[in-house]
Amino acid sequence: MKVSLFSTCLSDILFADVAKNTLEILERLGCTVDYPMGQTCCGQPAYNSGYLKEAKQSMKQMMKAFQDSEYIVGPSGSCISMLKEYPHVFAGDPEWEQEAKTFASKCYEITEFLVDVLKVTDVGSTFKGKVTFHSSCHMKRLLGVKEQPKILLNNVEGVELVTLPNEEDCCGFGGTFAVKNAAISQEMVSEKSRHVSETEAEYLVGADMGCLMNIGGRMSREGKNVKIVHITEILNTH
Amino acid sequence: MSVKIGEIPYKERIQNGIKDDFMRQAVSSAQGRFRNGRLTQAEALGNWEDWRQLGSEIRAHTMENLDFYLHQLSEQVARRGGNVFFAQTAEEANEYVKNIIKNKEAKKVVKAKSMVTEEIGLNNALEEAGAEVVESDLGEWILQLDEDPPSHIVTPALHKNKQQIRETFSKKKGYQGSDTPEELAAFAREQLRQDFLAADVGITGCNFAIAESGSITLVTNEGNAEMVTSLPDTVITVMGMERIVPTWEEMEVLVSLLTRAAVGQKLTSYITAITGAKGPEEVDGPEEFHLVVVDNGRSKILGTEFQSALHCIRCAACINACPVYRHIGGHAYNSIYPGPIGAVITPLLEGYDDHKELPYASTLCAACTEACPVKIPLHEHLVRHRQIIVEREKKAPMAEKLMMKGFEQWSSHPSLYNLSAKLAKPALGPWVKDEEIENGPGPLKEWTDVRNFSVPQGQSFRDWFKQRQKDGESNGNKES
Ligand code: SF4
Repeated sequence: MKVSLFSTCLSDILFADVAKNTLEILERLGCTVDYPMGQTCCGQPAYNSGYLKEAKQSMKQMMKAFQDSEYIVGPSGSCISMLKEYPHVFAGDPEWEQEAKTFASKCYEITEFLVDVLKVTDVGSTFKGKVTFHSSCHMKRLLGVKEQPKILLNNVEGVELVTLPNEEDCCGFGGTFAVKNAAISQEMVSEKSRHVSETEAEYLVGADMGCLMNIGGRMSREGKNVKIVHITEILNTH
Repeated sequence: MSVKIGEIPYKERIQNGIKDDFMRQAVSSAQGRFRNGRLTQAEALGNWEDWRQLGSEIRAHTMENLDFYLHQLSEQVARRGGNVFFAQTAEEANEYVKNIIKNKEAKKVVKAKSMVTEEIGLNNALEEAGAEVVESDLGEWILQLDEDPPSHIVTPALHKNKQQIRETFSKKKGYQGSDTPEELAAFAREQLRQDFLAADVGITGCNFAIAESGSITLVTNEGNAEMVTSLPDTVITVMGMERIVPTWEEMEVLVSLLTRAAVGQKLTSYITAITGAKGPEEVDGPEEFHLVVVDNGRSKILGTEFQSALHCIRCAACINACPVYRHIGGHAYNSIYPGPIGAVITPLLEGYDDHKELPYASTLCAACTEACPVKIPLHEHLVRHRQIIVEREKKAPMAEKLMMKGFEQWSSHPSLYNLSAKLAKPALGPWVKDEEIENGPGPLKEWTDVRNFSVPQGQSFRDWFKQRQKDGESNGNKES
């Protein structure tokens, strides 16, 4: 199967390992993976801040970059949910409406792609440790991907998965919210950090680097030594 | 009077909320209870999503045909001896009610809980007309005694504890009992009983007006609406113009959604219905009935992309699900409509000048949208508000505008993007210690005031990928 990797700008620039792991998992499962170099950012930072005109420019760039792709797979529920919004954003635009629909129909979050498209529930990895999973808001609520990451995690040899209390609560990241409303964000992320500590897990696993760098950054500031891992790292450990 | 409740600036309100430990404890445990209740009830119903879909279709249909149903309602109310007044503004509504009070020479007015009368500031108007106003909903009564605005649309005194309530009762009403809820409630009951018996006029809000029969229905847990509508000779119902359903059948669906979503109950203790004035054959009911239908900015919302905000049935599920509300409480929104629905409708009703921060008081986590029993896309409305603030109102800060211009260039020019992917980490170099930044420069500062910023070592993914390709290991690549 031919797959185009969408690394997300965050993983591309800051957290390259997340994109590498995603690539390697897909290849290990027999996919032929390319990486369109024209890709940039899904546009969410501008879109969610109300800068529609600016966001549309990056969205058009993304559609151009992936126009020949069959499947577009990326390691972030949030960014993928943004890509899936394109038809809504370009509704009524004769030039881009159809393009946006086709584009959106090809996009998948990595765990969703593994479970729903490749029909793989056990990627054959081994990872020793007690882990807890934070489910990111956009992934579960906007994309509707809830069970897939847990199915995959539960099948990793050595993983002891414990439930995070109030798992469904937002971590307080919210893109520019974290800086615009820093005081509220701090309360939210501190609450999340408390819940993570309650589980006594060694690892906090998530499927979105935005949330993870928020929670991880806070926990590290609080001097807690829970390790933060993106789910693709666990799925790519043997 | 307006939906705005004070003049304290946004940042200060947030700090006040965050510092109020008691309020946060109370809100957080109430949220937990309500939320679990809602989820349990939704599960018990089995096909919650079908119910939500039905609820949203009913609301959409009703709003699309609002003029028809309002007309039908007013004809039915008139047929049953009631008077109907359409008030375009808060002032018109208050004026109309004031005149009734004056004509009746009413001394005492009892009220059942109503958000729209808060919105139009009716109590002040009534007092101007010389009447004593008594709120009969327990939460509202406590707030009235304390001169405190509501912090929640279903449980308005959510932010108060029993010690505070005891103190209010003893200061304002000479109460000398304990702070057990039973004793406090019994005292309130006793006091309010006198008011019910002495009242000349009763005023209610409206949960659902039934167009086909001209009935007004009220959903309460204390039964106070029964008293307000049956004891005084004159009853006035004030309703927001969108609080209407075609028939009893739709009302049943929406009440099922409302009580489950609001507090996790299958049904409330009381559903009160009142249909016009007392007929010649009837024993119960008021001699005189007035229905005041309030527009106050609502018709401006009709036909816009915000129309679905009018579908709201005021259940507060979105408020109970909101993590931002949990940490800052209702008063921080500076509106009688707090939480996600408040952040959506307050600027619609009153403009952006005083409320431009509200659409940003959300992480867009969509917990509200998920909780809403009539499927209002609340988080999408918040984004829409942000677009208007940026593009039409031009109220966005200059620094942000410049940053977004930069974003546009960066994200639409791969060459620029490539360069930044190479330079980002080296540029941050001076601030990085052990792969983390604790004290970030410029826009990173607000981030690192709260948490560390992670900067793992190593090149960007795309550079690594190019290298890997060069080394001949890759399975395929293309440039575009
Ligand atoms: S917006 Fe939806 S969830 Fe919020 S109060 Fe209205 S009906 Fe309830």
